[in-house]
This record gives sequence, structure tokens and C-alpha cells, in this order.
Amino acid sequence: MAENRSLVSIESLSREKILSLIHRAEEFEKNPNSKILDGKIVATLFFEPSTRTRLSFETAANRLGAKVIGFADPKITSGTKGETLKDTIMMVQNYADVIVMRHYLEGAALYASEVANVPIINAGDGANQHPTQTMLDLYSIYKTQGTLDNLNVFLVGDLKYGRTVHSLIMALRHFNPTFHFIAPKELAMPDEYKTYCKEHGITYVEHEDFNEDIIAEADILYMTRVQRERFTDLMEYERVKDVYILKASMLSKARENMKILHPLPRVNEIAYDVDDVKHAYYFQQAQNGLYAREAIICDVLNL
Amino acid sequence: MNQELMVAAIENGTVIDHIPCNKLFEVISLLGLQAMTSTVMIGYNLASGKMGSKSLIKISDRFFSDEELNRLAVVAPNVNLSIIRNFEVVEKRQVEMPSPIVGVVKCANPKCITNNEPMRTRFDVSEKKEGVIRCHYCGREQLVDTVKLV
Repeated sequence: MAENRSLVSIESLSREKILSLIHRAEEFEKNPNSKILDGKIVATLFFEPSTRTRLSFETAANRLGAKVIGFADPKITSGTKGETLKDTIMMVQNYADVIVMRHYLEGAALYASEVANVPIINAGDGANQHPTQTMLDLYSIYKTQGTLDNLNVFLVGDLKYGRTVHSLIMALRHFNPTFHFIAPKELAMPDEYKTYCKEHGITYVEHEDFNEDIIAEADILYMTRVQRERFTDLMEYERVKDVYILKASMLSKARENMKILHPLPRVNEIAYDVDDVKHAYYFQQAQNGLYAREAIICDVLNL
Repeated sequence: MNQELMVAAIENGTVIDHIPCNKLFEVISLLGLQAMTSTVMIGYNLASGKMGSKSLIKISDRFFSDEELNRLAVVAPNVNLSIIRNFEVVEKRQVEMPSPIVGVVKCANPKCITNNEPMRTRFDVSEKKEGVIRCHYCGREQLVDTVKLV
């Protein structure tokens, strides 16, 4: 059997692989439209709705000349009739050259990649992995800083449940980052990831405060949402909910090159007055997802 | 008197000794003894110098593969196995923890694909943390001492 080129988890990507995907994304940004995937069919199977991610993938496939099949709403699929994931994958692989899938169960993409004979791209499996989000984060960091090496990356908000920040730590382990973890106690970075940092020689600093002096050292300020439902103690939520909101007034000491990222959607964790500041980058970040996904689709197809 | 003689000797087969009493029924289930047609003798709450009390199983005319026996390591890593031929012990061995552990342990994460799809579970034994196994699919770690079997 040929090598399975699926992209299931960010951990499996080497430094070289990450950089080659970034360079590929740069090329696509210069020329987003091509016919590389002419005659190919990309299946997008969304067992859990995610309009943002699906549109990004489908745009990427369309811009590369592929045709797209699939479903956006799991209610209309036979999964609801009791069909197993394996059966759905076995059926779709008869039609498509690559399967992009989002699933509410953890490990679903890995399992699909084991049973399929076409590559699988994981577009999110529950709370587990979302590697294309991480690739677009990395591409955004690279584009704005000119490098991924030796950066001060500040992660803010829900660091306990935030899948994107965990994946970012793993991906950046190849690039000698310094992390600053800024979170309320209840949503602090889990020990598991702090141990991971120690094992990989990554320096990190923890803060509970979030203010302009702390931000001053940042190259990247990666914001995430502090969600009410994550708190067991609602008093604690009330106490911290406004502490981790970024306002334009907090950016007076920020480095010239500093950029603010956010996986979106945001609720109130970035005040609207930040949108017009030169450091704001979250909307371009989302656009970068298109180029990163074009690069990933081509890579798993070995094109 | 030899303790083992409290349970009759077998001519040919497998003896599994030093099973912790609270693990006996899991061992029975892991080896599928309930479906066996040959003679099976089970000693429960036997006195043991080493363990206080122990359980023991003698299975006539049945020899297990290494893979079958190593599954026992998940619930009872310290059992002693004896292979009997003509009433003589011809081989003694210990079980070894397999890695990966396939199709034995249930993942503790209800949102893991393995709990929602008819498929075999798979766990890797952690090299860094003793007694910890990690789900190959969802990454959830659990202590091998507290696992539930599939």
C-alpha cells in the first residue's frame, strides 16, 4: 500500500515539513488560482457543522480547479440512520481523491485515515486536533514576523481547554519560542503542556495579570475566548471575565512588529477599538487559512 | 500439603497462579473461559504466603498463545503461568505487558471514537510515566490499574 499522506495531527509535522507548507502557502498567496487539481474531487464531510472551516476548504479546492462533493449538515447523512464512520468513509473514497472531514468525536480522523485508501485531512475532531488551523496560525506568524524562530509568543485567555493554543505549542517546539501564558487560575495552562515545554527545552512564563507592561515584550499576542461554561465557579468567572479583554489603550507599549491573532469567532475578548490598530491581524489571519489549506490539499495529494 | 493440590492436578493444560482475588473474574472473562468446553478448575480465596489470599485457575487441554496470555498483563501483571504436560510442569513463564494493547481496554473518554464505532481499541504504554497507557486515537491517558475492559 502506498504511503498514507493524511494530515491528522500537527505533532506529526517536522520543522522541514512545516516550513515547506508555509513556502507553498506563500506561492498560493501570490497566485491563488491554478488548475493543479483539475480533474480531482475533494470531499468535505462535516459530521459537525463548521461553516467557517468548510468554506475555507471549499474555496481552496475550487481555486485549485477541483470539484467539491460532500455534506455540511450531519442531519442529512446516513450517520443519523446508524451508519458507521468506517462505512461512510469506505463509500466516499470510491468517489473522491481526498477527504476533508470534521467530526465531533475525538480520534475520528485518525481512525478514518487508517481505514481509507485516500488521504484524510482532519478539519477538527472534537476537542482533539485541528491541524489546518495551526498551519494557518503558523503561516500568519511567519508572514508577519518574517520567521518562526526565536519569537516571544503570548497566549491569552482559556489556556486549559483551548485546543488551538496547545497545538501551537507543539508546532512551535521546532522553532525555539518563548511562551508567556496569561490566564485566570481556573483556565491556566495544564501541567501536561508545561511538562511538554520542559521536555523540549522551551522557556515559558506564567501570568495572571494582563496589562500593557506585560504585553510590551510580545511579538505575537494570541487571544482566545474565556467562556462562561468552562467555569465551575461562576463567582470566579464574574471576577475574571473582564480581565482578559484586550483594548486599544493597552497597546501603547507594544513592539512595532507585534501582531494580534485570534482563531475567531471572537465575542468580547478583543474590544472593537482594536480592529483599527496596526497590530490587529485576526481577519487577515483567517484569509491566510485559504492559502495554508491550498498548500495542505496539494501536499496530501503529493502534487 | 502442597497448596495447589486443593485444586485437582491436571494432566495437560495451563495453570495460572497468583491471580489477585479481585481480578479473578476479569481474568476469566479475558481468556473467554466461560465458553470453554474442557475442564476448568477455579480456586478462589486460597491462602497465599506471598499475597495473603490468591486465586488460581487450571485449564485442561488448552494452551494459549503469547498474545492471549499477555492480555492478562493489563489486569494481573504478576501472575505465574505453568504449562503442564503429563502432570509435569514443562514451562513456567510470566506475562509481559503488550504494547500496543489492542482490543482489551476501554477508553475512559466517552467522546473517543472507539466508544462510538464498532472497532478495536488501541493503547500505547507510556515510556515516561509508569503504569500509564495512552489511547492511540484520542490521546486520553489512564492508569493501567483502574482500566475497564472492553
